Amino acid sequence: MTFVAKPRIHHPNLPVNELGLTRRDYEGSVSTLCAGCGHDSVSAAIVQACAELALPPHRFAKVSGIGCSSKTPSYFLNRSHGFNSVHGRMPSVMTGANLANRELMCIGVSGDGDSASIGLGQFAHVVRRRTNMLYLVDNNGTYGLTKGQFSATNDKGSTSKKGIPNLYEPIDLVSIALQLGASFVGRSFSGDKRQLVPLIKAALKHKGMAFIDVISPCVAFNNHNGSTKSFDFVREHTSSVVNADLILGQPEITADYAEGTHEDVAMPDGSTLQLYKVDADYDPYDRIGALNYVQKMQEQGQVATGLLYVDPDAVECHDIMETTGQPLNELAEETLCPGNDVLASINQGYR
Amino acid sequence: MTTKFNDFVIRFANVNGSGSASANGMFAKALFRMGIPVATRNIFPSNIQGLPTWFEVRVSEQGYLGRREGVDIMVAMNAETFAEDIASILPGGYLLYDNSKPLPQSMARDDIHEIGIPIANMMLPEFADPKQRSLFKNITYLGAMAGLLNIEFDVITGMVATQYKGKDALIEPNIRALELGRDYALEYLQAPLPLQVRRSDAVGDRIMMDGNDAAGLGSLYGGATVCAWYPITPSTSVAESFENHCKKLRIDPETGHKNYAFMQAEDELSAIGIVIGAAWNGARSFTATSGPGISLMSEFIGLAYFAELPAVIWDIQRSGPSTGMPTRTQQGDLIGAAYASHGDTKHPLLFPATPKECFEFAADALDLADRMQTPILVLSDLELGMNENLSDPLEWDDARQYDRGKVLSAKDLDEVETFGRYLDVDGDGVGYRTLPGTHPDKGAFFTRGTSRDEYAAYTESPEAYQRNMERLQLKWQTARSLVPKAEIQSSGNRVGVLYYGTTSLPVPEALDKLATSGVRLDTCRVRAFPFGDEVADFIADHELVFVVEQNRDGQMRTLLINELETNPAKLIPILYFAGLSISADYIDQQISAYYEEHKLARLTEVTS
Repeated sequence: MTFVAKPRIHHPNLPVNELGLTRRDYEGSVSTLCAGCGHDSVSAAIVQACAELALPPHRFAKVSGIGCSSKTPSYFLNRSHGFNSVHGRMPSVMTGANLANRELMCIGVSGDGDSASIGLGQFAHVVRRRTNMLYLVDNNGTYGLTKGQFSATNDKGSTSKKGIPNLYEPIDLVSIALQLGASFVGRSFSGDKRQLVPLIKAALKHKGMAFIDVISPCVAFNNHNGSTKSFDFVREHTSSVVNADLILGQPEITADYAEGTHEDVAMPDGSTLQLYKVDADYDPYDRIGALNYVQKMQEQGQVATGLLYVDPDAVECHDIMETTGQPLNELAEETLCPGNDVLASINQGYR
Repeated sequence: MTTKFNDFVIRFANVNGSGSASANGMFAKALFRMGIPVATRNIFPSNIQGLPTWFEVRVSEQGYLGRREGVDIMVAMNAETFAEDIASILPGGYLLYDNSKPLPQSMARDDIHEIGIPIANMMLPEFADPKQRSLFKNITYLGAMAGLLNIEFDVITGMVATQYKGKDALIEPNIRALELGRDYALEYLQAPLPLQVRRSDAVGDRIMMDGNDAAGLGSLYGGATVCAWYPITPSTSVAESFENHCKKLRIDPETGHKNYAFMQAEDELSAIGIVIGAAWNGARSFTATSGPGISLMSEFIGLAYFAELPAVIWDIQRSGPSTGMPTRTQQGDLIGAAYASHGDTKHPLLFPATPKECFEFAADALDLADRMQTPILVLSDLELGMNENLSDPLEWDDARQYDRGKVLSAKDLDEVETFGRYLDVDGDGVGYRTLPGTHPDKGAFFTRGTSRDEYAAYTESPEAYQRNMERLQLKWQTARSLVPKAEIQSSGNRVGVLYYGTTSLPVPEALDKLATSGVRLDTCRVRAFPFGDEVADFIADHELVFVVEQNRDGQMRTLLINELETNPAKLIPILYFAGLSISADYIDQQISAYYEEHKLARLTEVTS
């Protein structure tokens, strides 16, 4: 396997965004994942979301762990730096990157092995630290690169390709994220671009920890009858609760929605988060309610998707720590080093 | 009996959690403020309350700072260790104890002086609160020591006033307790003793500081903006010092916001991950840990080596293996740190020996990490890190500028024709890096632990992998000339002694002892790994070199043999690994024994 750069020419009629860039300017190199892999759809959704939001394509920090999912930061946002780090440790590396420069957009991509097994501890702690990032899990319930072992998100009773059932309880990352204080929790399906792209846009504009669990079937090892993470099974068993969209600026009042099912939320940067509730009784601002709802659905064999919880007034890690507004990696030497005169008086304190 | 001044070892035996640390610290500080060189050693359990703890002060007009065997004065305040404490007193020494209860006859020794003070009984009429009675016992024996050793009383009372500034209600009872002890000594005992102190100018302008504190402050001066860490003895106070100093020196005066990030991580894996992520994104960052933390960080250290990312890791060594003796000192992590991680890896190590060097190496390590684009490990230990040591005052050269290494700006990228992250443009093995977000369409690359070509593109090409590994080897050679050089003192002797870190403390005294029996040695204090030419030359220039260190396996010796291809027969290991710090007596005995056994020639007379 070698690196394949994509050709840079594109169709002359491709739409350009406010920065004068097309979708192609947000792409990465050619994917080396299997044909039909759900993860490629997720990468494409990230490309589309960033292009539509007209975010500068070089102002991202992309970090991943190890696994099929963690290869994907190569496949989007080629103009930004990426870091394919250590298995299960994306959250710490992302935290460090975010501490160093709070102005960069942080996208962390992980998988179910990476986040629910080896990296469960790091996942939990980055959520409670409220690092300002999009944490995206490509969740396929299986270890692809090592050829099809069950992962910790695989449902009990779901079978392997050879028909052997998984004997253990699944870990639901959405429930853990809700419990530990993520201020934006969503779930989607790699096959549902209409839901996923707007959800990513909303997450990118969210200040604080935004977590999206994307069920992203593995065509090679977990797309058979008997698997609860196959394309067919997921299509039949997901139900959308609240769909989100994000538009730049103030919304125009256009469509009519049933009372209580549509809401606009002003975001700190002037954009608007639009929520469309499929279930009019669902309250996406109620963290405990969301947790109960998700778990109840799970008990019924259903997977709740959409923007399950959001706190539009959330704070992020830098606010909690009261770090300066300027990126730490830009602070000048005279700001950082107090000099020898100060040191002389410090010496005096040790006499 | 003739009076002996400023030359003794005093040991305080206490129960931990009883508030003795403050009184014992004041004792040492008082002597220091009288201009007398002192070295303090805290021998403490991994426990909060109730277990034995000892505080030892070496008082030496000559300025010997290493540990010396034997105790001249024992302040025995812990019934549990009474027997062994009494046994450790040198003949002719002094035992100070609380004779509110009589000394068991079985423990009496006729070759030492017993000094009984009814401290507990003295507390009864003075302090109503039992907790206060217990606390002020410590201050009372401090007062008694002032009388017995002739410590200037106003030096101590001055410290009480400073220590309890703002809590004025505590000043008066503390002074009262001090006076109680002193008055008892003067009135009922033969005070001062023939062993006493007197004002000196031997301290000069030196300061008294622990190495961890200096490391934290040095990291601040060196421009670290991110500190991520996980609590582990004996390293915790490095991070805490950084934060404490930052709270005073790194607050934006206008906004009150912090010009640093301080993050206690969930474990050492996360701590090093944060450091590496921050370094990747261009912030100077560091962590502090001990041996077990290095083990946990090893995968990440290998990644940073291969991905070529700066990181500074302080390893405050303690006795291993496993959790070993978590509160005892050792130099046992050299090999583990030097070659940490899987595959072909090796990392520069720095070996500070004094607080001043901790301060300097903290800043040097940040420069080196950026210059070499690789993790730098600074190997201190509990002895240096957690004990207050005499040190030359800290200095910062205001003309010094941070060496951020080869980082391309947006302007540089505009001017450069082709950018290849891992291209060896300058022939020193170190490529040019770019930071995330620098340029709209130039300089972005993907950092990975898997193999790549000179342009950071993923490849499994055998040639590309080997080229890269060979360049990393060239970079290692470059590092040899950039790390701090060894300190060598040569007077043409045929035998040398090589040591590093806190093993340096007792060396001057050991050399003086050896010289009295005609053993004269040239010295080499190694300050870094990889070894520079000066270390190779020192070994080549001597027939034999004693390698003195504080571990069982001769880890420095192994590194010398491995990296310099030295003949092992030339390197004689002198090893101490019992958890205390190595003493001059031990070095003297071991080297003398070797001379005896191998009938090596001595200089019995100095020819002029």
